[in-house]
Amino acid sequence: MKTMSLALAATLLAAPALAQQVVPAQSEISFVSKQMGVPVEGKFKQWTAQIAFDPKKAEAGKVGFTIQTGSASFGAAETDAEVPKAAWFNVPKFPQASFASSAIKALGGGKFEVRGKLAIKGATQDVVVPVTVTQAGANSTATGSFVIKRLDFKIGEGEWADTSMVANDVTVKFKLALTGMAPL
Amino acid sequence: MPSTSALPAARYTTPAIALHWLLALLIVGTFGLGVYMHELPISPSRLKLYSWHKWAGVTILLLSAVRLAWRLTHQPPADVPMPAWQARLAHGAHHALYALFFIVPLVGWAYSSAAGFPVVWFGVLPLPDFVPVDKALAEAIKPWHERTAMLMAAIVLVHVAGAVKHHFIDRDGLINRMRPARQ
Repeated sequence: MKTMSLALAATLLAAPALAQQVVPAQSEISFVSKQMGVPVEGKFKQWTAQIAFDPKKAEAGKVGFTIQTGSASFGAAETDAEVPKAAWFNVPKFPQASFASSAIKALGGGKFEVRGKLAIKGATQDVVVPVTVTQAGANSTATGSFVIKRLDFKIGEGEWADTSMVANDVTVKFKLALTGMAPL
Repeated sequence: MPSTSALPAARYTTPAIALHWLLALLIVGTFGLGVYMHELPISPSRLKLYSWHKWAGVTILLLSAVRLAWRLTHQPPADVPMPAWQARLAHGAHHALYALFFIVPLVGWAYSSAAGFPVVWFGVLPLPDFVPVDKALAEAIKPWHERTAMLMAAIVLVHVAGAVKHHFIDRDGLINRMRPARQ
């Protein structure tokens, strides 16, 4: 509750006129890792986004995410019990992951390139995220995916660092349903 | 059943013998692995063993298809003389085993798919999911992989007991039909 109201307050305080609202029920942040060649998909169930983005002034836009690492779920109780442990997300010590954009570039045709810093488990890496925006009436959808190296963030330490078991590449996928965005 | 080749020296064909023993090793090994691994705590070695078990299961399924095709197109040697109930039991066990060679791996594959872990044969070839990803379905399927495997193990014991009885009690040379050739 406390986190939620803080996040809400932060959103309200920081919200400029152009801020967009995320429709949580139609939005999703997921990730796919490969275990001995088998793609296994997980989702973050709790996260907030702060998005102030005008497609016509892309370079002035700002995008930020705060993700509750403890909300990561593979849909299997046994696996989910591993997520908070020190070898994986170490949730007690690093309860949140975040992304903050530093530069947004319009590529045309509803495509954008968002550069920014991704911070997970105390490590920060520069990432380049391709985003595709489509619009239908007042609703906008932003989708994209990018690949990170899990060991850059020490996700899966010790015996789990072996990339022949769990591949180093993790694909992060997102689909954001947004309201309040200016037309493309 | 032809009555012309009742010679005790009649043997299964070489491919039939090879498939029998190869699959015997694979099935016993995969069964033992399954019994051992299923209660291990999550670890990289458990992940590895589960993968091996699934790869072996798919291999058994595939080789069993080859074996069934061979069996359907090649006459096995005639029965050695034995009471009718024993012949019925032996043939019933063979039929049940052949059915289980397919049922046990298919149920395991279905469980893996339903649980959200598609099977990727040898970590290279992704196999299709023939059931949807559905946790409730996975939980419903799971006990049947164990039950059918245990049923197969019980029938294998009957099969082995029969072979041992023919060899040591009846001494009728039946086991030579499936013995690897000594050249």
